[in-house]
Parts: sequence; C-alpha cells; structure tokens
Amino acid sequence: MVFKRKDLLGMEDLSKEEILFILKTAESFREILERPIRKVPTLRGKTVVNLFFEPSTRTRMSFELAEKRLNADVLNFSTSNSSAVKGETLLDTARNILAMKVDCLVLRHPTPGTPHLLAKKLPVSVINAGDGAHEHPTQALLDLYTIRERKRTVEGLKIVIIGDIAHSRVARSNIWALQKLGAEVRVCAPPTLIPPLIEKMGVKVFYSQEDALKEVDIVMMLRIQKERQNTGLLPSLSEYVELFSLTEERLNLAKPDALIMHPGPVNRGIELPAKLADGKRSVILNQVTNGVAVRMAVLYLLLGKS
Amino acid sequence: MPLLIKKGRLIDPATNYDGVVDILIEGGMIKKIAPKINGSCDERIDAANKVVVPGLIDMHTHLREPGREDEETIQSGTRAAAKGGFTTICCMPNTDPPIDDPSLVEFIYQEAEKRGLVEVLPIATISKARAGKDLSPMGRLKKAGAVAFSDDGDWVADSHLMRRALEYAKMFNLPLISHCEDRRLSQDGVMNEGYISTVLGLKGMPKEAEEVALLRDLALCKMTESLLHVAHLSTANGVELIRKAKVSGVRVTTEVTPHHFTLTDREVKSFDTNTKVNPPLRGKRDVEALKEGLKDATIDVIATDHAPHLVEEKEKEYSAAPFGVVGLETALGLVIKELVQTGSLTLMEAIAKLTINPARILRIDRGLIKEGARANLTIFDLEKKWLVTEDGFFSKCKNSPFLDWELPGKVEWTIVGGKVVYQ
Repeated sequence: MVFKRKDLLGMEDLSKEEILFILKTAESFREILERPIRKVPTLRGKTVVNLFFEPSTRTRMSFELAEKRLNADVLNFSTSNSSAVKGETLLDTARNILAMKVDCLVLRHPTPGTPHLLAKKLPVSVINAGDGAHEHPTQALLDLYTIRERKRTVEGLKIVIIGDIAHSRVARSNIWALQKLGAEVRVCAPPTLIPPLIEKMGVKVFYSQEDALKEVDIVMMLRIQKERQNTGLLPSLSEYVELFSLTEERLNLAKPDALIMHPGPVNRGIELPAKLADGKRSVILNQVTNGVAVRMAVLYLLLGKS
Repeated sequence: MPLLIKKGRLIDPATNYDGVVDILIEGGMIKKIAPKINGSCDERIDAANKVVVPGLIDMHTHLREPGREDEETIQSGTRAAAKGGFTTICCMPNTDPPIDDPSLVEFIYQEAEKRGLVEVLPIATISKARAGKDLSPMGRLKKAGAVAFSDDGDWVADSHLMRRALEYAKMFNLPLISHCEDRRLSQDGVMNEGYISTVLGLKGMPKEAEEVALLRDLALCKMTESLLHVAHLSTANGVELIRKAKVSGVRVTTEVTPHHFTLTDREVKSFDTNTKVNPPLRGKRDVEALKEGLKDATIDVIATDHAPHLVEEKEKEYSAAPFGVVGLETALGLVIKELVQTGSLTLMEAIAKLTINPARILRIDRGLIKEGARANLTIFDLEKKWLVTEDGFFSKCKNSPFLDWELPGKVEWTIVGGKVVYQ
C-alpha cells in the first residue's frame, strides 16, 4: 500500500489498513534502534520544527530523537504561552517559521483542532503531537505497537482505560485506534470525568473499577491532573486514589497475563503504586522506546519519499 | 419624486394579502396600491415575477459602533442590511461604551441619520454598563428612542435585578430581551455539549444552560406580567418551555437565527471558527424542534444576531476565537432555502417573522404595506440563485459559515422611506 497523506492529525480518520501499515513500517525502525549506530540518512536535508505550546518532556524528546535518528534537521520551539499573547496569531507564527523553509511541523497545542487548522492553511506536513483533549495519534500508535509486541494482535482483546477520560486525548485516540483493530474497549472513571455520550464512540462505560477490570487483557491507566480536584470534578485526590488507583488486589480481577500501560508521566502512588509501575506486567518503558520507532515511521511516511 | 412599482407579487402578512399589484410611492409614503396604476412616473421598478414584501426588520444586529469601528460601523452595517433586504435593524447595546445612557441612544440615531442607509433602532441596556448590578435609566432611554432593553450576551444572573427590571419596564410597555444562558453551567464552553464535543475534546455548553435561564426568566415574566423576548432560542426544550408558557398566557415572545435552524454541531468537526456562535449550534433534534416552533408560531421572529468579527480574530485556535457570525446578507436566502423551499413555512409565514411580528413586539409602526404607511419595501427574486462569497459582503467582516453556499431569494431592490437604498 502507499501512504498518501500530507498530515497525521488523528486516529479517527485513519483506516485499519493505514494503521497497520504505519505499525509495519515502525517495525523496521524499531530494529534500527537496537543497532550500535542508531541512525539512518532517510530524512537528510529535511527540516522538522517541533512547535510545542504546552509543556512536554517525553513527547517532545521522543519526536526530537526520532527526527535526529532519521538525520533531519531539527528546530525546537516551546512556550507555554500561546502566541496570541504576543498579539501574533498562531497562523502567523507558523507562516513565519515556514518562510524559513521547513518541511514539517510537529505541533502540540492546548486547543483541539489547531493542527487541523494549520494543516489546512499550510502546504507542509503537520503532525499532531496532542491537541487539547482531542487526539494524540502517535501515542495511540505506540500503544498499539506495544500491545502487538506482547500480544501479537489487538483483535479480540479486552482493554480498559482508567482515569480522566474527559480531558484525555490519549483516551480518545486509543478508543478509535483499538476498536479499528478489533479490540473491545472499556472506560472507567467517576461520572464527572466521563464525557457525555462517549458510549456512541463504541465503548462500555464503568464507574466501578472492580467491574471494569474483569477479564481484561490490558489495563491502560491515565494520568490524573491534580487541578481536577479544584474544579468541582472530584472532592479530593485522596478519594480518587481510594476509588480508582490500581492495586494488586484489583489487578487480580484482570486476566493473569494482563499488561499495565501508562502514557506517562506516572504519578506514582496515585494512578498506581510503584510496585506495579515497575513490576513485570508493566510495559510502560517499552511504550517509551517504541514511541521513538513509531514516530520515525510516521515522519518517514509523511516526508521520506518526496 | 414618485416611484411606481409595477406588477410585483405583493406579500403582506399583516393583511394576509398575496397578489400581483402596482404600488405608487410618493413623499416617502405608500400612496396607492391597486391592480393597475396608470400615469407617468419618472421612476419605475419593473417588479414582474418578483416578490414585494414590507421592508425586513432585524431585531438583533451588532453594529459594533461605538467602540469597534474596525469590525463594523453604522454605515457599513446598514449597507449590509440594505443588501440583505432589511430596512430596519435594531442594534444591540454591547458596544463600548454600552448603550446605557440617553446620549448614546441619540448618538446612534444621529449617526444613522448621517451615514446609515436603513433605519437603525437602538436597544439599550437593562443594567448600567451591562454589569448586572443597577438598573439603567429606562425611562430616559425610552424617551431618547430605545425600542427595547437587553444586556445582550450577558444574561442578568441576579434574579432580583431581573425581577425589578421586568417590573420597571412595564410602565414603558417595552420588552426586555434576554440572552438565556446560565454561565455557571456553560462555563468556558465553546460549542454544544454532546457527542461531537466529546469526540473533539472541545468544552461543551449544555443545552440546560439555556433551559435553566429560560425557566427563571419565564417565572419572573409570569410573576411580573411584563414583556419578555427571548433572544436566539436554540434548543428543543427551550421551544417546548415557551410553547407551554404562551399557552398559559405568559407574555413571552422569541426569535431564532438562520444559523440555528440551518446548521448543527456536526459542522464544528471542521474546526472552522465560523461555526463558533453563542448559543452554540445544537443537534439535529433541536433544529427540527426549532422548525416546528416556527411553524406553530411558538417562535415569532427570525433575527440574524449579525456579529461581525475580523479575519484575524476568527483565524485563531477554536477556543480563542470570538463567538459570532455575520448574518444580515444571508438571512433571507436561508429562510427561503431552509424553511420555505423545504415546506416548513409558507412564504407568507416566513415573511411575517421578518416583518410584522418583530414590529409588533417592538411596538413600531413598521412591517406592513398599506396606503399611508411609510414606504419601506423589499423586492426580491424568489428563485434566482446567488453565491455567497467573501467579496460579495457589504459588511466589513466576512465571518460567515455559509461561504460558497448557493442561496435563493436574491434581493433586487431595498427601499427605505421611498428611496432605493440597494439595487
């Protein structure tokens, strides 16, 4: 198959075939990461700008590493202020960067749809590195990669996503992606952190972790933002921990070979105890490694052939 | 100079008249309406195969002057109105400064007189500075010419103040126009709360924000026996509440905008900020309910909520972009396309909601065509299609979700006080 897209904006509009093709491509890049010299000339002469309007360490580093391993020239621009603060519109910022002749924008932005806006207006490739609570497609791809690495296939698996579903782009991208590959997806959170009508996305909603964990193959924990307790969504973080933190006892309700995943960074002792995060069922660090390979694949497919 | 309109199909909802006539205009007034008027007349309009209606009235326009003349002025806004077939528009008081003082009401009249193409009737604030704390000087505002009172985008959250405002306004027999939105519920939402907002991860404004505010306003309207006009109704439940209130004798009226009866929140999937309006575009069921409400006269008026915003403001991230779309120049076309051509309303019913109904709510001597009345008329081609383009807008702003739409109902002539202001 030929991957014909200019941009990678979300999992909602990717087909199953496209997803599998990206994952297949990622396999060869994953192999490169095991070599003594982990660098290939694929994107020599290409320039990629990482434009981050939200604090991020892991995703930005992962993209930067992927770009460098492909020999692209990399420019980083990070700010927690949106450019609007300076009176310049985001589009202006992007046009200015483009005027310096770059080939790709990797964008993280707190507002959903911002990468889509830029992708529509600009001739270069745009990769969504997280737009508000909307999508984070490369995270979903690396999660799929990690699941397939351990379970061979996603088809038929039962997966529960536990945590702040309402504010999570990781949840949304994974809900689309996992279902496209044939998994059954459950979400579990207090009702205040479940967005309205999410069942229509195809998932089953649980308020009780005990019920949600029964017979699952994968437990995907989401990071909980401490600020949620000040906005009337949660009475306190400690009550959340009591009700929704993953414990060994609760994990026993899942299948014996169930894996624990987390997009990071982990709040140890809040989403799950250190013992589980570091335990043998945790694939959290595998996710991080695979993230680089998956992002290399995406960059290659969008930029590599022209 | 006399003006003779020949062979137009006159539709006058005030008298329920629909027939081909000649209309003679002299001295700014309608002198004669007859099947055939002979005699020489310097100025003639051949209106054969065209529809002649009372000049359209928009009771919800944002002219932005004073304060944001970069977005719109009384001059540019009235030009847009004339192009859209509106001969009378009511400007909302969310200006800078807000219209909370008689001098500002007078300023609007003076500017409209000097530079306006159509009639402009100011709506003044309910509270001083639209701050929701103290009553505006309604008596003096009315004396200066205010036709209604509204705090516009800011619902009067203080129930006591709203009660007193409704009571006080009774002595002037003028309506209070309420933007029903409980901000505690809608918070910093940017679109309708529902499945689409869930998928897009955008903050939602629940329908209940309208419903809760509306319930309170209806209770106070009933209590005070005053006049309440609900701005831009957007939800099915809202329609039902007003339907019931009307049956029980509450003196409430309401309006809907063309974008709310045409579009749903699915449009937001494009992330086009021209889909960002307040109240937000709702669901399919709401659109259907709004159409039913129009049909059974629960909804009295179609109003534009014309809200110009500059490209550089709208070309922002979805959350950062301002709410609002321009509407004066596309309203008639959308009414015909979405309501008349689909059979939701007869042309007579539709025109009533753009003419005599708002005139009655505002207690103004407009919205009808009869001998002796002021000669405000709109003549349009029911079938003729036109393309909505940025360049075509007379408004200073082009923030329309209907760009590239083909609309019927091309306005051919707009006549204000016997003078052709748009052709």
